[in-house]
Amino acid sequence: MATSTTALEAIDVTGPTSQPPGPGIVYQWLTTVDHKKIGLMYIVYALLFLVIAGVQAMLMRIQLAVPNNHFVSPQTFNRLFTMHGTTMIFFVAVPVLFGFGNYLIPLMIGARDMAFPRLNAFSFWLSAFGGVLLYLSYFAGSGLYGAGSAPDVGWFAYAPLTSKVFSPGHSTDYWTLAVLLSGIGTTGTAVNIVATALCMRCKGMTLNRMPLLVWLYTVASCMVFVVVSPLSAAQIMLCLDRYLGSHFFDTQAGGSAVLWMHFFWIFGHPEVYILILPTFAFINEIVPVFSRKAIFGYPAMVAASVGIGFVSLSVWAHHMFTVGMGPAGNTFFVFATMVVSVPTGIKMFNWLATIWGGKVIYRVPMLFSVGFLFQFLIAGLTGIMLSSAPFDWQLSASYFVVAHFHYVIVGGIMFSLFAAFYYWYPKMTGRMMDETLGKWHFWLFVIGFHLTFDFMHIPGLLGMPRRVYTYEAGRGWEVWNFIVGIGAIVQGIATLIFVYNLIHSYFRGKEAGPDPWDAWTLEWATTSPPPDYNFAMEPTATSARPLWDLKHPDDQDSSYE
Amino acid sequence: MVLGCFALLSCPSALASSPTNIFDPAATPARSIFSLSMLVLSVTLAIFLIVGGLLVYALIRFRQRPSDTEHEPAQIYGSNQIELSWTVIPILIVVMLFLSTTRVIWETEAANKPVGALDVIAIGHQFWWEYRYPKLGIVTANELHIPTSDPRDPTPTYLEMSSADVAHSFWIPRLAGKTDLIPNRTNTMWIDPPEAGLYLGQCVQYCGTQHAKMLLRVYADSPAEFAAWTRKQQQIPDDNIVGNPLAQEGKATFLRTACMSCHTVAGTSATGRFGPDLTHLASRETIASGPIENTPGNLRRWIEDPESMKPGSLMPAMHLNDRDLDAITAYLTTLH
Repeated sequence: MATSTTALEAIDVTGPTSQPPGPGIVYQWLTTVDHKKIGLMYIVYALLFLVIAGVQAMLMRIQLAVPNNHFVSPQTFNRLFTMHGTTMIFFVAVPVLFGFGNYLIPLMIGARDMAFPRLNAFSFWLSAFGGVLLYLSYFAGSGLYGAGSAPDVGWFAYAPLTSKVFSPGHSTDYWTLAVLLSGIGTTGTAVNIVATALCMRCKGMTLNRMPLLVWLYTVASCMVFVVVSPLSAAQIMLCLDRYLGSHFFDTQAGGSAVLWMHFFWIFGHPEVYILILPTFAFINEIVPVFSRKAIFGYPAMVAASVGIGFVSLSVWAHHMFTVGMGPAGNTFFVFATMVVSVPTGIKMFNWLATIWGGKVIYRVPMLFSVGFLFQFLIAGLTGIMLSSAPFDWQLSASYFVVAHFHYVIVGGIMFSLFAAFYYWYPKMTGRMMDETLGKWHFWLFVIGFHLTFDFMHIPGLLGMPRRVYTYEAGRGWEVWNFIVGIGAIVQGIATLIFVYNLIHSYFRGKEAGPDPWDAWTLEWATTSPPPDYNFAMEPTATSARPLWDLKHPDDQDSSYE
Repeated sequence: MVLGCFALLSCPSALASSPTNIFDPAATPARSIFSLSMLVLSVTLAIFLIVGGLLVYALIRFRQRPSDTEHEPAQIYGSNQIELSWTVIPILIVVMLFLSTTRVIWETEAANKPVGALDVIAIGHQFWWEYRYPKLGIVTANELHIPTSDPRDPTPTYLEMSSADVAHSFWIPRLAGKTDLIPNRTNTMWIDPPEAGLYLGQCVQYCGTQHAKMLLRVYADSPAEFAAWTRKQQQIPDDNIVGNPLAQEGKATFLRTACMSCHTVAGTSATGRFGPDLTHLASRETIASGPIENTPGNLRRWIEDPESMKPGSLMPAMHLNDRDLDAITAYLTTLH
């Protein structure tokens, strides 16, 4: 710690601080092409949708807390789970991860902005309008026929339920176009991230010195190129079916329902990895800093990430073990799916080895990272159960699957995101988040999470299907659903504490200084928050941990390369 | 907490109360899945205990202590031997799980069909099930009757599955894993419960508003019972209404109103196929695909206003007057 201030002075030359007089603050944010402002807008926008989709989840859990409940109608319930899933994936998870990526990648590679700042703004606004369009369906979705409001076809919208015959009105069109728009935005940002990582690195930062976070974002972005296009193509085909009388998915006219499934899942499954790789990236940055050790096996971590990227492109049909692909097809996808667990296991073991022999400091970011490690381990193991096709014939489309993927998305992605919030908030605002509130948030969320998602596995094993608005008493599901409902409320309270902490700390938080965690990557080498131009002088990377080298001139990483 | 869950799962008494428990198999497909799942569960549990245990140990043992010096711990960047070992061991586990999984896939999906097998065509509809027995000349709905299968002389039931509208999925957890019913496509599955009894399940592929109340009931009958059921279903329940003027009036009303355009009653001019076949409606225990007990009172309420019992059901209320409702209910209750 003592050496860090002097070390930082060497690199942080503060530039001119006075801003030239300019237009108003709203205009500035609306027209900005600055990667940090766009990153923050992504994050705030995702947080808004997180609250909306979280409320939808709570309404569903209240409805299911007791059997034969009449809290919401079946139609409302079906809209709730469709909107919850679509919002959480397309308008919470993707934007919040891209927000962090946008903010951090240029800072971590010592650049002044993304490679294409205008494309960056364009992509953000496309995604933002996609979300607005989806929610406009509540007002305009009923169309001339007066059928429906928000879409009610489920977030993977299986054909032919989405055809004009079974989904009259315009709600499905709102869903299709919103997802299409956000997909174009996602692709734009992915192009930007890859270009930035490849072309904008500072002096000395070779690819094998690039922070793991940037590596993992690059892999995820490359996956976006491959998998978002089939989804967009399928959405366009669905529009053609609905409006121009084509028959891609129209089974009454010889179309194929299974074709849609293939199109959707070749997007849908890699999408999980597109979301989880950036959150691995957060853990890769946070666990070493709070264990005070370099990441164990950097090259293996990069190789495992690239491996996951490739293998996960060939596993999609494990979502379709029950559609009758036949034994040969099923066998292939069992194998591909099980193979993914090897590189994923490597990552888990490398994190373990990073902690091993370190000095673990239990601040809030590390607490959430620890939560991530355990929960992601369990999510991976239930994933192995699901990959065994015959076991999946029992488990698929049941509440076991719902519990499994929420374990990945909440227990893994969300915990890692919370860790990232507490870790980088000081960089983004110049103030620390409140530690006490943070610990309340962590412990309440852990309790709520486990109450909800541990017990959610059980009704699945007892035959409860997903997407049912109610169920009969006497199937042995009542008690579990009640516990799950209580857990959901505890998670809701914890999330409120988090949101309060974000706002409270913005005004009252302790001054953070440039490097509050005594960390090693370049974003900590500039002020908090960083100036518009990030770095007054282009920094130089001497190793994968440039700030470690500065702080420990007698024991530099570069001497081991 | 997670361990608690696993403990609960391994404790049969906690789950035995559920009629749809996947760990209480009652037919060959469910049983072979059950033994595979026990293998997978024990392997994953072992991995959880080892990796989770190491994590807990490292997180406690290597915590920062007040007595620690200012110095950073020794920086270790990796080790090829260790990393190789935790690549190779998972690969071996994957190969083992893959081979045992493959065996069950082929055993179930590529099983030889015995001579004594019964063929049934199952067709999914929004939101009910149609069953046709082509060799027996029977058409029924929502309650599937099959013979029990003696392992020494197996008489399994082969279901040939499709859909009339959107995708559905057929899942009786105690008999077999699920199989989707997809329009414009035929899937096959088989079940062979040796014990007679009622096996429950429901549609598990979201198929629209009333996906939740598209329940499945499979009655496994002893061979003698099944033969009796078959004989009864093959008869046309013609003369039941003789001497029952209200039922006779109900039949006339049934054939005069729109009922007949969606429903079939064999031996009459009602040949609609959009709704369930009603030829032997009174022989079923439930109506509306499972959620409602088949009593005259419920049946009358259902005909009067399906929306109040199963909102989103595709059967419209026909706005019949009380007399017509009584008459049609009386007629339908004679269809044994």
